[in-house]
Amino acid sequence: MISLAGDVGGLRLRNPLMLAAGILGTTGASLARAGREGAGAVVTKSVGLTPRDGHPGPTVVRIGVGLINAMGLPNPSYLAFQQEIDLAREGGVPVVASVFGSDPSEFSQVASGLVADAFELNLSCPHAERYGAEIGCQPANVEEVTRAVKRAVGAPVWVKLTPNVSDIVGLGLAAQQGGADAVVAINTLKAMAIDVESGYPILGNRFGGLSGPAIKPVAIRCVYELSAALDIPVIGVGGVGCWQDAAEMILAGASAVQIGTALSGGYQVFRDIAAGLSKYLVRKDMTLEEMRGLARRRS
Amino acid sequence: MRPASSVIREVLEETESVRTLRLDHSFDPLPGQYMMLWVRGVDEIPMSFSGPDLITVQRVGPATRAIFSLDVGDSVGVRGPLGTGFSLTGRSALLIGGGVGVAPLAFLGERARAVGMEVTSLLGFRSTSEAVFLDRFRRLGRVVLTTDDGSEGICGHTSAGLCELDPSAFDQIYLCGPEVMMWDVIRRCQGMESRIQACISRYIKCAIGVCGSCCIDPDGIRVCVEGPVIRADRLTAGEFGRYRRGPSGGPDVCKSVH
Repeated sequence: MISLAGDVGGLRLRNPLMLAAGILGTTGASLARAGREGAGAVVTKSVGLTPRDGHPGPTVVRIGVGLINAMGLPNPSYLAFQQEIDLAREGGVPVVASVFGSDPSEFSQVASGLVADAFELNLSCPHAERYGAEIGCQPANVEEVTRAVKRAVGAPVWVKLTPNVSDIVGLGLAAQQGGADAVVAINTLKAMAIDVESGYPILGNRFGGLSGPAIKPVAIRCVYELSAALDIPVIGVGGVGCWQDAAEMILAGASAVQIGTALSGGYQVFRDIAAGLSKYLVRKDMTLEEMRGLARRRS
Repeated sequence: MRPASSVIREVLEETESVRTLRLDHSFDPLPGQYMMLWVRGVDEIPMSFSGPDLITVQRVGPATRAIFSLDVGDSVGVRGPLGTGFSLTGRSALLIGGGVGVAPLAFLGERARAVGMEVTSLLGFRSTSEAVFLDRFRRLGRVVLTTDDGSEGICGHTSAGLCELDPSAFDQIYLCGPEVMMWDVIRRCQGMESRIQACISRYIKCAIGVCGSCCIDPDGIRVCVEGPVIRADRLTAGEFGRYRRGPSGGPDVCKSVH
């Protein structure tokens, strides 16, 4: 089998497929399971300064083309989370801690309080007041938070970007300027679903984030634009459910691919996609490196 | 799936704090499966089926209090049936239930009888005034009853009734109730774990196996889709019976009542 291993954003990965933040990332055991079941790295659920229970339910609604979720950043606080990261490491792959905060000092405090293989800054959650996209839609904030965390930790720092802006490239450049080792694109698209029988917004938080197949074309476009403009790696995420989706991300310029919503079909998605990518590379007589960004060179 | 709208056809008062709701259509569930019940504007919570169109609710928190404010003709949002159900195996079944946890077992016992299995039940309640579905269980076969306060049956926890029965004589044991009760029974039935199916409870949010809030240690089993019915030999090595995670994901020590 052809090697899918490579260096991405400061980490050595056995394959470029990662468990995305917020998916099966609350417990060390479920993260380790993703590693054992074929992921190249795992990203934890976002953790912050203080415990949060998250939004009332429904927290997830499945629509025909994906999911809309508004979990509301539930987490036990970073002080209670190191044990989960340590357990997650037993999966045998790098563990990336997703962290959130309301300002540069909160981000730094949370990140420097954790030991992880890398950090992913959640500057993009679309459904939590004062956090995520509420600060991450301004390039100046992205740069400032990134710089603060880079100063505070020794591990690589990735920045997860929101697509709910007119210019995601501006956010990516800000992250790069702040010293990010990679950007991750995209977080969910701000969305809503309404119960036709009752007129109630379905999600407890009314608004949530759309993920799954519906957003893949948006994610592909963002990855394509970002990888053309940035010098640092772009990690693609959004609607990847099969090897063709992952291939499309890599052709658009992604150095690695995260998988989230597709986990609702089971953990075997990692092995299925890895096998499909390997076969594709053999058939095309191409390396992963040669494949990356091919769509840009074709246009 | 989006939540479907379902109208409450009947409200049955079981005890002062337990009610059964009959909804307007059968969900064709397996006993042990659950639905996500959305009380609009309040919350969405997992509820076991106590019959094909029945759910049985104990008033414990804001969401269940809101369910108690609903009446015949009101509607709720429903997603389901979800998760794994009990699997009927062998010729003789021992049902062991505690508190409102007996509800899915009554449903299971009726299905077991319908396929010709022998059904014996060991049921524990805090007090006789909190006993539910005794008539349903008595129609199925022998019932051993325990109450914490001794107001009826054997005085003590559910496991105190095990002295009246030989668990090893049954092909399959089905468990549902407070976690410490189930843990107690599993420990007392050592060596029989592969014949015990337990319907367990965790903090279920997404109910589709992605959010991770219900995963249990040490294997990361997703209770919402790989459970809630789990064989006891997969429950003995980790968090079950020792701690459980709350809405934030942080672990809390198991309490005797939940």
